[in-house]
Amino acid sequence: MMDTVDRAIINTLQEGFPVCDQPFAKVAGMLSLTESELTTRLQALLDEGVLNRFGPLFHTERMGGCVTLAAMKIPKSYLHSVIRVINGFPEVAHNYERTHEFNIWFVIAAETLAAIDDVIAGIEQRTGFIVYNMPKEREYFVGLKFKV
Amino acid sequence: MNTARDILSLSTEAMGDKEKRVVTELQHGLPITSRPYAVIASRVGLDEAEVVAIVQRLRQNLTIKRFGVIVRHHELGYRANAMVVWDIPDNQVADVGQKMGTFSFVTLCYRRARQLPEWPYNLYCMIHGREQQRVLDNIDHLIRSCDLKIFPHEVLFSGRRFKQRGAVYQYVEAERAVDLCPTARVGN
Repeated sequence: MMDTVDRAIINTLQEGFPVCDQPFAKVAGMLSLTESELTTRLQALLDEGVLNRFGPLFHTERMGGCVTLAAMKIPKSYLHSVIRVINGFPEVAHNYERTHEFNIWFVIAAETLAAIDDVIAGIEQRTGFIVYNMPKEREYFVGLKFKV
Repeated sequence: MNTARDILSLSTEAMGDKEKRVVTELQHGLPITSRPYAVIASRVGLDEAEVVAIVQRLRQNLTIKRFGVIVRHHELGYRANAMVVWDIPDNQVADVGQKMGTFSFVTLCYRRARQLPEWPYNLYCMIHGREQQRVLDNIDHLIRSCDLKIFPHEVLFSGRRFKQRGAVYQYVEAERAVDLCPTARVGN
């Protein structure tokens, strides 16, 4: 179970991590912990699955990759088989059900726009349902921080 | 967790060779050890100071959007996850989007292409909360504060999570990419 120290670590480390030779020692100082206390707790939070990852969140397009959000309208009885097709593509990163007629929403990341189009065409061909592509045109804000 | 099948190939010219090697290593996360950049450096054949300089540069030019813990929000009790979509006139969407981003409860805000006639919405914001009612209250607050009452919107709460992983890229030499891409793309 997380305690107040774990919560403080998560809240602090979502704000940004120093880039220097010994970053954990620096953050530990801010939290009044020793370096090894911090790294041990951080590793435990990762092992328990509270944290997904520790490290950088990349801007895919600046790395030369392409990413899009796509949606589908799938009747309940087809849901499982369609999900299996979608998740079978390695280019599909996240895939969520949402409360709407457009009930399946997933992120496709690939090396080129053509590769994204191939994935979309492949899903449509294999499921018989339309994939609605909603590519990003502007990013106004990326915070993705959660107070715990 | 990242099987070979989950690794995509990139042969972009957008970055230098040293940067690509560092990025490839960093996608799996930063080693949780006293001198993490020294570990990365030894894996990619650079020295620690070079790696630190590259990571600082990638942050400055925003190739790295954020650096730190990536939480599983569901596991942390953020179970009410709303994607709110808005139909905002093209000449106002930038102003509205920027304004939405200033609210602490908005975690992401993007402009996306419409899919007319079925999908008229062009502005997306994500609001995560522990309780659904709290999220709905925040949406009301947003509508009042940004004068959004006249614009159509819909709230899509997330249900089941069918897949969650980061997209992992593998930088390869341009000539090798030709061979590697088809393998990486097999969708079965």
